Amino acid sequence: MASHINPFLKSNNGKRTTARNFLVLLLAILSLLSAATAADEKQLSVYSTTVNYTLPVVDRAGHEYVGLLELLEPFGRVTSDSRGTHCTIRYNAIDAQFEAGKLRSKIHGRDFNLPAPFLIENARGLVPLASLGALLPRFLGLPVDFHESARRLLVGEIAIHASFQLQSAPQSGLMVNFTAPVNPTISTEPGKVRMLFKRDPVVSPGSQSISFQSSTVTQASYSEANGLAELDVSANIPLIASFANGGKTIVLSALPTVAKAPPQPSKPATTAAPPAAAANKSTRLLAVVDAAHGGNERGAALTDQLAEKDLTLAWARLLRHELELRGFTVLLLRDSDNTIALDQRASSANTAHAAVYICLHAASQGNGVRVYTALLPAEGPSTGPFHAWNTVQSSALPLSHTVASAVLAEMQKQQFPARQSSASLRPLNNLLIPAIAVELAPGPNGLSDLNSATYQQPIAAAIADALASLRDRLGVQPASAQPAGSTTNGVQQ
Amino acid sequence: MIPRQILFAVTVMIVLVIALGFYFRKMRRQAELEPSAAATLPVVPPAFGPTETVALYVANDADGALRAQSAQIPLPGGRQQRAEELLRALLRIYQTPGAAHPLAPTSDLRSIYLVEPGAAVIDLNSAFADQHRSGIQVEQLTINSLVETLAMNVPGIQRVKILVDGKARETLAGHADLTDWFDVATVAQATSQ
Repeated sequence: MASHINPFLKSNNGKRTTARNFLVLLLAILSLLSAATAADEKQLSVYSTTVNYTLPVVDRAGHEYVGLLELLEPFGRVTSDSRGTHCTIRYNAIDAQFEAGKLRSKIHGRDFNLPAPFLIENARGLVPLASLGALLPRFLGLPVDFHESARRLLVGEIAIHASFQLQSAPQSGLMVNFTAPVNPTISTEPGKVRMLFKRDPVVSPGSQSISFQSSTVTQASYSEANGLAELDVSANIPLIASFANGGKTIVLSALPTVAKAPPQPSKPATTAAPPAAAANKSTRLLAVVDAAHGGNERGAALTDQLAEKDLTLAWARLLRHELELRGFTVLLLRDSDNTIALDQRASSANTAHAAVYICLHAASQGNGVRVYTALLPAEGPSTGPFHAWNTVQSSALPLSHTVASAVLAEMQKQQFPARQSSASLRPLNNLLIPAIAVELAPGPNGLSDLNSATYQQPIAAAIADALASLRDRLGVQPASAQPAGSTTNGVQQ
Repeated sequence: MIPRQILFAVTVMIVLVIALGFYFRKMRRQAELEPSAAATLPVVPPAFGPTETVALYVANDADGALRAQSAQIPLPGGRQQRAEELLRALLRIYQTPGAAHPLAPTSDLRSIYLVEPGAAVIDLNSAFADQHRSGIQVEQLTINSLVETLAMNVPGIQRVKILVDGKARETLAGHADLTDWFDVATVAQATSQ
């Protein structure tokens, strides 16, 4: 019967099958490519005494390139003039001439040979990444340490070095001391603590891997790639990390074995601390620290490179540390750069049954510190036995004022310029607990103070002192013998 | 045979047309290069009415305070128009170079609606919010200034709502919440702190 099969139909079926197989293969290749592209987005991290930033790196003809104008702009006044294949770049008083497709260039009257041809794309001059170590000092007049394979560029003498110190008492652990304050992203996994440095010019401690003569902490290893530096500490016991010494020391200590209240399982990725029950005198006070903005919500642009969301996160971590030193358990609502809705923040703080809520903001205008309580809106009609969501704070407002006044008094005692006021600022209105917002403004050295741990830390300490002085009013007293600890998992979406 | 004079006249006219064409092209290029900010600045019809002395509550970024500042402005007879003129006079202070609480030159008030009993809705243009500086203090000062100035000069206002381009907006510039009505008494208490 095979002879009766329409050969044309058979041919069509075969063609359809071939086309389908081809489409599937194409889709598979495309998805692999897109995954690879996403994973391989290259970046160059630049560190200097004035500014830290990252730039995208592009591949052209087998070489990695970066925009020269974008590289120089954060350092000073720079202009670019592209005419045809010629590009003139002026940085301060230094003129540089480049020609597209050529290796030879002239910088401040002197010849300079690039390792790969200069490119012009969309009136934008691109220089090969490999040239930066020799090229940049001619513009900046500063020594440059370029880690080409890791794409990290250090301008000036700013490298931060780490040293290690084993601890055996009161708990096993490791102290990692840095020559300047750092702010890594810290994550823990079984047997390892990972510290990822994006904005800190941390360099290798001399050896890529250091072994310790300890039964608990075994090894520290350093690596750097794609603009980031990573320090991993391996241990045989679970470790928790905390900051000390103004952010210059990271203390990795054994997780306390004192039993803690289990996290609430109902809400996705929300971890709640034990409630501050008035009847139980050994319960620690829970403070909720909320670093404003985050993720898609950048907040105010404090400088061209510094977003409010990044500063509030760094400052929140400092405040967490200060509160822990004074016997508080701290719930950090955001411990990474993620987006959390205002209602979600209020809900998390309310369900955690915390003793107090502190929201941290920053601004580039004015100076000193501003402390705010909620400016409640005009209340709408009552909806039965329930309070309106936007005026929930009304019952806790008197104590919020007390907290704000205590913070103000502590600031004034430490001679920080400070003011207290009310603001229509969410989620303050939606909180059942005493709640304040603190806005950090520039210090005596202007905007550069904002991102400085030296400026932030004493203010965080003053806030913590103020809250400690109100311990009796806020909740029960903590048991003095218990070790400091924290519930620091952020609320994740 | 075309007379020479006509040829000459036509030639001159053609040359003139070409020259004018170049001239107009040059003028157009110049107009394109010049900043067009003036085109986006709000155009407000002049106010008519007897000049009155009013108290404008002017913000100062340096100390975060609101201070009553006396001003003499022509105020129309209608309650709504008076309210609009008051706030426009306030905005003009903030748009003056060197103002203690600067606002963008394109900031403007679209309208004010006085809704009985005791409510006012201030409708700002999008430039007001989009170009407002971001920060708790600067945003709250603007709100307090608008609410106080309105409430102290237009009797009977007890609560104020702020819209942007006729629509509700979550915050003024990332911080101050605009989703609810402002209670005039509460704002007054806050500004006295």
